Amino acid sequence: MRALLLRDIKLAMRAGGGFGLALAFFLVLVVLVPFGLGSEPAQLASVAPGILWIGALLACLLSLDRLFQLDYEDGALDHLALAPIPLAGVVLAKATAHWLTTALPLIIVAPFLGALLNLPAEGYFWLVVSLIVGSPSLSVIGAFGAALCVGLKRGSLLLSLLVLPLYVPTLIFGMEIVRRGISGQETSAPLALLTAISLGCLAILPFAAAQALRANLR
Amino acid sequence: MSIWTYANPQKFMGFTGKILPFLVVLTAVTMVVGLGWGFFLTPEDARQGATVKIIFIHVPAALMAINAWLMMLVASLIWLIRRHPVSALCAKAAAPVGAILTLVALLTGAIWGKPMWGTYWVWDPRLTSFLILFLFYLGYMALWSALEDRETASDLTSITCLVGSVFAILSRYAVKFWDQGLHQGTSVPVATGGRTISDVFFYPLILSMLGFALLFVSLVLIRARTAIRAERLAAILRREGGQNA
Repeated sequence: MRALLLRDIKLAMRAGGGFGLALAFFLVLVVLVPFGLGSEPAQLASVAPGILWIGALLACLLSLDRLFQLDYEDGALDHLALAPIPLAGVVLAKATAHWLTTALPLIIVAPFLGALLNLPAEGYFWLVVSLIVGSPSLSVIGAFGAALCVGLKRGSLLLSLLVLPLYVPTLIFGMEIVRRGISGQETSAPLALLTAISLGCLAILPFAAAQALRANLR
Repeated sequence: MSIWTYANPQKFMGFTGKILPFLVVLTAVTMVVGLGWGFFLTPEDARQGATVKIIFIHVPAALMAINAWLMMLVASLIWLIRRHPVSALCAKAAAPVGAILTLVALLTGAIWGKPMWGTYWVWDPRLTSFLILFLFYLGYMALWSALEDRETASDLTSITCLVGSVFAILSRYAVKFWDQGLHQGTSVPVATGGRTISDVFFYPLILSMLGFALLFVSLVLIRARTAIRAERLAAILRREGGQNA
């Protein structure tokens, strides 16, 4: 599993610029926002957490269809399915690689983009915390969606239709943490619920994704 | 003789072919009586006026929209556990019906909401989770139509249905957390037995619910029968094609 994880990270870093693409997309999205909503600081500050969360969500989605696609096409996935490690473990390793190469950089740049959007000072800490806690679920849910769509020729549109509704609970609780953090309220309840969602997704969805992969490989 | 007898497509076709005419007639009668009673023979509400009558479409449609998903969940489980193709085809047949019912509930709610709440749409938990349910239906149907092989499609859509159910429930509670909402509670709470609706409206409402339930069952059976026939046709064509080649 470790070898697979390292291999996937290397591939993501080197091949085809997929690594920087999600970050660039995130940046472009944030730059577009003031043009669409006007550049008054107060107005930007009120939408900043939402824009950053939705931007992170969409940037994660962007790199998902490559998660299994290349391995499926060149047959490596068939070998992985026959490998001595369980297929759910393969999914988990790939989701982890996706998280490390896509979500983690997004979390690191999010505060800087927050400055562009005039995010209130109390919001930075909670934004980063909510993204760290919530983003694993984004990667695992995405891996599940990618496993469903791996056999399809043009699966990426279908992938977003399937995956985005599944992101709703994560988004709601993630936003709730930032909102409460900014207004100085207690954040432990949404934080606990978001952690529960992430852990639950990590525990269950790799098995569902493995089943989907098996159905696609048959 | 158990329920699994009807997992055999032959038996399923025979049995449903026999009961379907009765079912269709029963559906028509219940719906005409229920809706006719509701629309023409009930008084207007003191505060809501004639708009109260939209309840006879809105509530049954919403009820069946959720039950359709539950039925798909059960059918998906049966497919995954016992691998009866009829079950997978029934789930497939139910999806568009459920999606339309969800849409009907949303639209009638919007039409009722405009004069009563002063707006077609608010981001209320019930409304929002219904919209999310509609998105799940869309994704489920899109997945069915994107996959060519029936076995693979059945497997993948069943898994989607299971995961989707968990997330639909999760969204329901997440959305409740997010906003407290405007939508009134249920008029016919099954658990407590008490109700906040007067008998004048209650009996035609129950009849309408029954009518929508029967309508759903009839439509699903008709669609499932069509799907089975399409499968047979495809099998025949494959065989003929094989002989010619």
